[in-house]
Amino acid sequence: MTLKTPIEMLSRPANMSRRGFVGGLSAGILGVAATEAANAESLADVPDRGPGAELGAHSERSRFVKIDRIPEATPGKRNVDPGDAINSKTPHQKLVGNITPTDLHYERSHSGVPDIDPAQHRLLIHGMVQKPLVFSVDDLKRMPSISRVVFIECTGNGWENWKKADPELTVQNTHGLVSTNEWTGVPLKFLIDLVAKDKGSTWMLAEGGDGAGVDRSIPLTDEIVNEAFVAYGQNGEPLRPAHGFPMRLVMPGFEGNLNIKWLRRLKFGNAPWMTRWETARYTQLHADGKARQFQLRMDTNSVITKPSGMMQIQPGYVSISGLAWSGHGKIARVEISTDGAKSWQQAQLSLPVLPKAQVRFQMDWVWDGRPTTIVSRSKDDQGNVQPDRKSFIAAMGTNALFHYNAQQSWSIDEAGRVRNVLA
Amino acid sequence: MSSHSKLFLAGIITAGLLAAPAFAFDFGRPATPDEIKLWDIDVGPDGKGLPDGSGTAVQGKQVFSDYCAACHGENGQGGIKDRLAGGQGTLASNMPVKTVGSFWPYATTLFDYIHRGMPYPTPGSLSTDETYAVTAYILSLNGIVPADGKVDKDSLPKIRMPNRDGFVPDPEFDPARLFHKK
Repeated sequence: MTLKTPIEMLSRPANMSRRGFVGGLSAGILGVAATEAANAESLADVPDRGPGAELGAHSERSRFVKIDRIPEATPGKRNVDPGDAINSKTPHQKLVGNITPTDLHYERSHSGVPDIDPAQHRLLIHGMVQKPLVFSVDDLKRMPSISRVVFIECTGNGWENWKKADPELTVQNTHGLVSTNEWTGVPLKFLIDLVAKDKGSTWMLAEGGDGAGVDRSIPLTDEIVNEAFVAYGQNGEPLRPAHGFPMRLVMPGFEGNLNIKWLRRLKFGNAPWMTRWETARYTQLHADGKARQFQLRMDTNSVITKPSGMMQIQPGYVSISGLAWSGHGKIARVEISTDGAKSWQQAQLSLPVLPKAQVRFQMDWVWDGRPTTIVSRSKDDQGNVQPDRKSFIAAMGTNALFHYNAQQSWSIDEAGRVRNVLA
Repeated sequence: MSSHSKLFLAGIITAGLLAAPAFAFDFGRPATPDEIKLWDIDVGPDGKGLPDGSGTAVQGKQVFSDYCAACHGENGQGGIKDRLAGGQGTLASNMPVKTVGSFWPYATTLFDYIHRGMPYPTPGSLSTDETYAVTAYILSLNGIVPADGKVDKDSLPKIRMPNRDGFVPDPEFDPARLFHKK
């Protein structure tokens, strides 16, 4: 089936008759905010044109668009006071395309968002180097730069579903801790050459200028040395404070926590430092009570964002869409099952498919009105396949908290209600 | 060196100069040893980076009560933030309780984290001796140092934490194997 339905039409309010809808189309995805739309049954009802608002210094979203992140705490704790939140999740159910809007990129901070004057910010690079150096933000901006579109994902993404599936969750609750932006900055390799790193240095400590002084040990593999960079730009503008202004480390494909924000120190050494975050925090407890440590790479993942949790669909045409990503490389293929993982069809990928970046997928579907479960699975160009929940839990147990990348299933009941389920 | 290879080398140097002009070294300024010392706070599991000074669990009990108990509970339990004591023997259960005593593999990490990040509203405000003291107290709450115990830069890295062997490195980034030739 190749029928395409404009997104706008899919927002038709639930109480609106189908009369006036394009003939032959009988379906839609009803978002939670759909009933806010005003009726325009006939073209005669569409308001007249006229002069609009004055041009501004920057553009705001339409007053008709309600789209926000949600500050949350640990799994199961939501609608928390912002002061108690530890992360703020991207509303994937309301987004389209491959790139996350800058202000909706997910946020995870360990001691709030520092208010840093870039004129007073410094980056110290020292340790096993010939020339320890101090850089200002302006120094960095004068250096040769690269720009790259990459996903950043908190290792806690998906953590709501380790033990059970709360049916009330949206995809924002389950998968809102991953986002994709274009970042601009200076290759780590360039900085390494400036300070003349000792050949014997194999690990690097990166430390932030936040209250927690978040620090992580980073192994200097060829891949990391060649791909990591210190970013000062985000989607074409200076970093937002929540995302590390004035500079952060970007580590394509690796744990979000390694992408140290408010970066102020890089120290070269030859062994990991065993910081709190790489021992007590971002390690994964397995069923035998042993914890997996230095599981630094984010694995192959995908999720259907439309239709997804708490949406409602009607029989007929449904455009299924979602996001896929892998810390190993490019997404090679996304498959969707609309019959509870019995059979699979290949989805279309929205070009360009970039390594270590999220890619949008889409597939046409005609829902026959019978209850079912929809689920996606991705495969990357290194051959890694996103695991089904059963085999994933068999390998990881249910206590790991972090690095959840099992396939996400959404059940659909006879009324078209879409709900979070384990499989 | 043959004249041929000398010529070859001269060619490389010339090409190199042309390809990489002096601008590559114009960025930043040298860091002085004194200012590096101000920021060089990290502590390794071997104790490298631990400052001079010491503190006892008895002293730490008071520091903890003054600066930590409001969030972490009077005995490191029952507070609104991370539980610090107890939980040993729960890691393989359905409800694992991860605390300093049950989970943290290195005592040095405890000093480092308190020193860099605690107390939450005023990180870095504790003196070195207070930091050692509160470290000793939290370890004593977990039965790792005695109630009248003392820690310093020599004793802290020697402490063997109960869950020291509780971690399995990811095969791809195992520090013991990563940069060693096979």
